[in-house]
Amino acid sequence: MDILKFITAGSVDDGKSTLIGRLLYDSEAILADQLEALHASNRKNDDGTIDLAILTDGLKAEREQGITIDVAYKYFNTDKRKFIIADAPGHIQYTRNMVTGASNAGLAIILIDARKGVIEQTIRHSFLVSLLGIPQVVVCINKMDMLDYNEEAYNQIVNNYKALAEKVELNNVKFIPVSALKGDNIVHSSINMPWYKGESLLDYLENVDIKVDNSAAHARLPVQWVIRPQTDELHDYRGYAGRVASGSFRVNDPVTVLPSGFTSSIAKIEQLDADPVEASTGMSVTIHLADDIDISRGDLLVNSAEQPQVAQLIEADLCWMDTRPLDSTHTYLVQHNSKVTRCRISEVLYKVNINTLEKQYDEEFKLNDIGRIVIKTADALAFDPYQKNKANGGAIIIDSRTNVTVGALMLRSAVD
Amino acid sequence: MSTNNHLDYLDELEAEAIYILREVAGQFEKPALLFSGGKDSITLVRLAEKAFRPGKFPFPLVHIDTGHNFIETIDYRDRMIERLGEKLIIGHVQDSINEGKVVEQKGKNASRNALQTVTLLDTIAKHQFDACIGGARRDEEKARAKERIFSVRDEFGQWDPKRQRPELWNLYNGKIHKGENVRVFPISNWTELDVWNYIRREKIELPSIYFAHERDCITRNGQLMAASPFLNMDEEDVVERRNVRFRTVGDMTCTAAVESYAYQIDDIINEISESKISERGARMDDKVSEAAMEDRKKGGYF
Ligand SMILES: Nc1nc2c(ncn2[C@@H]2O[C@H](COP(=O)(O)OP(=O)(O)O)[C@@H](O)[C@H]2O)c(=O)[nH]1
Repeated sequence: MDILKFITAGSVDDGKSTLIGRLLYDSEAILADQLEALHASNRKNDDGTIDLAILTDGLKAEREQGITIDVAYKYFNTDKRKFIIADAPGHIQYTRNMVTGASNAGLAIILIDARKGVIEQTIRHSFLVSLLGIPQVVVCINKMDMLDYNEEAYNQIVNNYKALAEKVELNNVKFIPVSALKGDNIVHSSINMPWYKGESLLDYLENVDIKVDNSAAHARLPVQWVIRPQTDELHDYRGYAGRVASGSFRVNDPVTVLPSGFTSSIAKIEQLDADPVEASTGMSVTIHLADDIDISRGDLLVNSAEQPQVAQLIEADLCWMDTRPLDSTHTYLVQHNSKVTRCRISEVLYKVNINTLEKQYDEEFKLNDIGRIVIKTADALAFDPYQKNKANGGAIIIDSRTNVTVGALMLRSAVD
Repeated sequence: MSTNNHLDYLDELEAEAIYILREVAGQFEKPALLFSGGKDSITLVRLAEKAFRPGKFPFPLVHIDTGHNFIETIDYRDRMIERLGEKLIIGHVQDSINEGKVVEQKGKNASRNALQTVTLLDTIAKHQFDACIGGARRDEEKARAKERIFSVRDEFGQWDPKRQRPELWNLYNGKIHKGENVRVFPISNWTELDVWNYIRREKIELPSIYFAHERDCITRNGQLMAASPFLNMDEEDVVERRNVRFRTVGDMTCTAAVESYAYQIDDIINEISESKISERGARMDDKVSEAAMEDRKKGGYF
């Protein structure tokens, strides 16, 4: 069993809550007391069936009351996978919430109301999914029951979406015609759409390949903590603790410490009750090097044969997340893996109108704005382009006045 | 990262939790691990061993003692500390009562659970902890579903759902102003079943009350409660010998038992897989009001 984190993107009333509710309900992933509450509720659909949207009601109640709109996480599992759903609102004013939810997602479900087809929101959601580099996308064309499960209508939307996917550079797009309300193709294959030969949404979620190609990824390990017991028996013990961000490290591999550039090789890889010969992506380990060099939190260990970019002037995509607009004269902090250093946004190249994908050159960077900038950092960052290696290409901006996270950066390339 | 097929799901959850614990060590000056004696905080302790051995933990364990504990929990705690050789700090609710900072509740449903908050905040202030690691999980109930992994509390320990920081990728922002502190939840993404499966895999010992045993109980508000000197009982309360176990180990006055014949961890996992009732369904004081958890979080409870 492995873990798939996914995000659901749709506009208000496209049926997102109903779809998640249906997924949980039909896959029997609901606990008994929640089920009781569900049956006891007097909120019913027009046809008298239970309103499954109640299961994800957290957000909805808030939307109505105008309080916290946020990313809510939900968990369910089948025999094949553990699923983590990041449920983020889809309205433009919550772009930052969607960006947040998308940052950790391995898959995105984009919801389209079959009666409306591809609309402005669909463009925005698809752009964000692409920007955040979510590797897999499923487009669920919902409310097929309201179009009498018509194949033509479905094909039309699929074709329109394919054009959009090309424009925002989304690959790996899968299409499924569904009715969240009636349950068609959510967990069970639909008897109402015999023309659709593909799998149901849950089948797809359970089987989609989410393997990271480790052999292609470059080995990166940000040092989080140095373990130095300094006891009599362990006098010279010095272990570098961290989680492999990408690629894998093996004993004897040549490594470079960045940004200093010192080189050594891996003497030993440790875990509490095992000393594995290889540390692959995602593993939390303690590394010992053959040479005694000065390493501390914030340093990055890389395989010497696969160097990242090291720079202080970097072009990046930025999503602004604070109500106070970006101030290009202010010194912020940037956090990139375990490294924190001061920074300034030295240039705004352009902003993107995320509904039309047009570039804009004039206004200031405000809440939810997305665009391309150049960042200047006090210490050099050792990074990989985000679109190639998410794990070493994402960074956040912190406002030192409030300590709040105000921006998300997708690093692109060093500027000479 | 989230998408990795080389790791089993428990390995991935474990690696994430270790990563978070090490972030705490790297980002804060005076962190602490809140240890309740329950299975979730016991799991945290195991994860801390994995994160920091052969070094010492970069934080003490902190236990907020209501004085109404199951004796089995305290036994377990003391043996564990002995084995670990780590520092334990105990905050006593009784001290807060003696100092007049809180008033003991009266009546049949009196519990010290709510009083813990004050003792906890005092303990944090006294030791100037800037980060407190807790074993809460997002699946426990709705109010927690939006909780951050690093959750900032103001100097009154309050959680402001409107002012949560965006939390992207695995970048946790632990920057705070003086007087504020951060609650950190390394096992946020675990479900109850994940915790049990991990405990089984790691062969972690638990306090015996988690397993089925015979005990004197009374029925209160439709729930089975352990008969104890801490529970205000009257003639109406009928004491019965029942076969029970506990799904959480809180204060004896508000932790409900469930009828059970699960003597082994495998039995428990089967019981939960059939999912009779979710975990918090068995904690009485959440029933007091629907929004109880959200209120307690705003007030500084874990
Ligand atoms: N006919 C039909 N109605 C649906 C379907 N999915 C959702 N709805 C209805 O559309 C409305 C909005 O659904 P909801 O799940 O609350 O949308 P959300 O705002 O995206 O979470 C509700 O009245 C649902 O019952 C569907 O597949 N078919």
